[in-house]
Amino acid sequence: MANLNLDQKKIDECRKIAHTVSKPVEELIEKHTSVSIERAALRLLGVNGAIQQQGGQWFPEVNLIVEDLHKQKVLDRGVLYWFCNALLYTKISPQELGTSVAHRKIKLTELPKSKDEDIEAKAKELVKEAVEHIDERRDYRDSLRKKQSDRFKSHGMERPLLYVIVATGNIYDDVIQARAAAQAGAEAIAVIRSTAQSLLDFVPHGATTEGYGGTYATQENFRIMREALDDEGGKIGRYIRLTNYCSGLCMSEIAALGAMERLDFLLNDAMYGILFRDINMKRTLIDQHFSRRIIAKSKIVIHTGEDNYLTTADAVENGHQVLASQFINERFALGAKMTPSLMGLGHAQEMDPEHPDVFLLEIARAQMTRQIFPEHPIKFMPPTRFKCGDIFYSHLMDAMFNFVGVLTGQSIQLLGMATEAMHTPLLQDRWMSIKNANYIFNGAKSLGDEILFKPKGRIESWAQKVLDETLAHLRMIEKKGLFKAIEDRAFANVTRKEDGGKGLDGVIEKSKDYLNPFFEYL
Amino acid sequence: MSQAKQVNLKKLKPYGDIMDDGTVQIAFTLPVEPSPEAREAAVQFAQQMGFQNVKIATMDKAGNGFAFFVIYGNTNFTIDFTQIEVLKVDAKKRSRDEIDEIIKTKIGRKLIILGACTGYDAHTVGIDAIMNMKGFAGDYGLERYQWLDARNLGAQVLNEDLLDMAVKENADAILVSKVVTQHEIHIKDFKDLIERAKKRGLRDKLIFVAGGPRVTHPLSVECGFDAGFGVGTKPSDVASYIVEEFIRRKQNQKK
Repeated sequence: MANLNLDQKKIDECRKIAHTVSKPVEELIEKHTSVSIERAALRLLGVNGAIQQQGGQWFPEVNLIVEDLHKQKVLDRGVLYWFCNALLYTKISPQELGTSVAHRKIKLTELPKSKDEDIEAKAKELVKEAVEHIDERRDYRDSLRKKQSDRFKSHGMERPLLYVIVATGNIYDDVIQARAAAQAGAEAIAVIRSTAQSLLDFVPHGATTEGYGGTYATQENFRIMREALDDEGGKIGRYIRLTNYCSGLCMSEIAALGAMERLDFLLNDAMYGILFRDINMKRTLIDQHFSRRIIAKSKIVIHTGEDNYLTTADAVENGHQVLASQFINERFALGAKMTPSLMGLGHAQEMDPEHPDVFLLEIARAQMTRQIFPEHPIKFMPPTRFKCGDIFYSHLMDAMFNFVGVLTGQSIQLLGMATEAMHTPLLQDRWMSIKNANYIFNGAKSLGDEILFKPKGRIESWAQKVLDETLAHLRMIEKKGLFKAIEDRAFANVTRKEDGGKGLDGVIEKSKDYLNPFFEYL
Repeated sequence: MSQAKQVNLKKLKPYGDIMDDGTVQIAFTLPVEPSPEAREAAVQFAQQMGFQNVKIATMDKAGNGFAFFVIYGNTNFTIDFTQIEVLKVDAKKRSRDEIDEIIKTKIGRKLIILGACTGYDAHTVGIDAIMNMKGFAGDYGLERYQWLDARNLGAQVLNEDLLDMAVKENADAILVSKVVTQHEIHIKDFKDLIERAKKRGLRDKLIFVAGGPRVTHPLSVECGFDAGFGVGTKPSDVASYIVEEFIRRKQNQKK
């Protein structure tokens, strides 16, 4: 593979600074839990029911249970303390207890208390079982991959994985679109989430047929789509990966549901929620850590959202923001026990198509990302910002994006749509984009092995320049601290305040006797 | 030597390579397997749409039970171009310098403009292109204008909050960008903003401008806005309109 000459000392220095930057945040994470983490713990024990509200909406039991404890200001001991105490007293199953508490038939704080060590032993027993269940689901998924054949390699040397989205709003229509995409050659399918689901502080329940700009992420929708892809993959002899969105206020819970329903990829990035959804930074970084512990256990590949920075900040000028954020994201993932092979760091081809030598700059960025993160399944996102409805020109932009992707050995290629900026993809749009990618990935498969980059040429110089800027950017962030740096628009030209945004009221300082054995067993 | 035929605006037709050939290209998918019957069905569809000399350029399998078609045909329909009337944004296109100069001399104070992406919409690409310093396609954003006080409130701003802000900041104009259009959510949100503004007596105190890839001027007027801008709009287009409309209103007040 062709290589750019990049100063390894500078790369090491970037990693060192990212580590320093992450430390105070990790201390904060250590001391806190959130309503979402507590709900996720219950979900992993099997409490996944819901209660129908007036108006027909379903509301999860875990929300009713955790909300009640939060109101009584006793969540600092952890929901598992109260829940396992009640299990010892009532001797019923977690599911039964969950339903009874949600219906207010049992009040967790009013029951006689068992000894702390007995409660802890009960919690450990259940958590151990829950983690074994995660292991089983992961192993079953991995055996299915072997059985149906799977050519995915995290370092992406062969050719990028063909990845497309479906977004009808109706899970059953999504299934039709996803099957057709798989038949046309897609290897991974994302079910785009309904706009603003990330701002809901609960996970909707059951199969859903209406959404805005996408389909609600629910456990049942995960199951329906996974079942369809298992079936389709069996028919065509190729394992089809399923992606969903593990960001927003229910990050930890979505990770739990993803682990149980055998998801393959999760978009998981606190920075995305902070910058683009105005979610409070403490809340989402605390949630992110727990979600990544579950993800690490499930060996789900995460996708980070740095590609989005380039939709609000100029892509030619701000490559260093993406790279700096990737170093920080990598550090947080390592802190949650994830291996590099699970870190799908995101970036995008979003430069102005009329910029002189734009492909040289894009190749420089893609190639340096590949080299700096050699074991990581890099996720490469298509042009969106400069697409405008001329579908023929858009199709051409996607072709050049595919060319850069295969040339530089990207791992996961989200295929661009000719109708980007017009509507959610039609069946034929997806088919056309897969045909485009297959043509280019096949035709230029070995090109990366055949070429050399001219030493000190434009491509190499651009990469070196971005690396230098990244180092300077990280030094600035180190000096200010991550939170202050975000406030000062270090990423995506967006400003957010440490105590602003949504969800801060769901953050709780852990008491000394906080109980949550998942932190030990995951 | 024969001259090429000239366009007849009374009877306008699509142009392929010869005047009035009426050539049209269409693409669609039928939810059936590709087959001779599917091909014939596609031909008949095109004929029912009024096309003659229908040529199936492509019939391809886009998935099990789905046939994708690219088709060419010729139409005999004509349009009288001279009779067409379109509701357009009423403003002369001006440059940033010209606009700044007009505000300075004719208004004498900065115009305050608030921009936002409202409701659940988090796609700020449009509002950013118009508002942010950098602008779009070489045309600087409103923040860069010396005589505009332009503030981009970003994504997911609630309509009521936007109006609160407009009152607090004494805004002259509000720009709303909507990208997500599923279930006509953009239209609902546009109308909701105007309803709320009417209730609070703000409708005529502010200039309301809508924008987005699926937004047109007539649609915006129908929703109660003063103007609407779609794909390809540059910041100076929007600024030209706001300045002209502001002056127009001031003159009407004097009368």
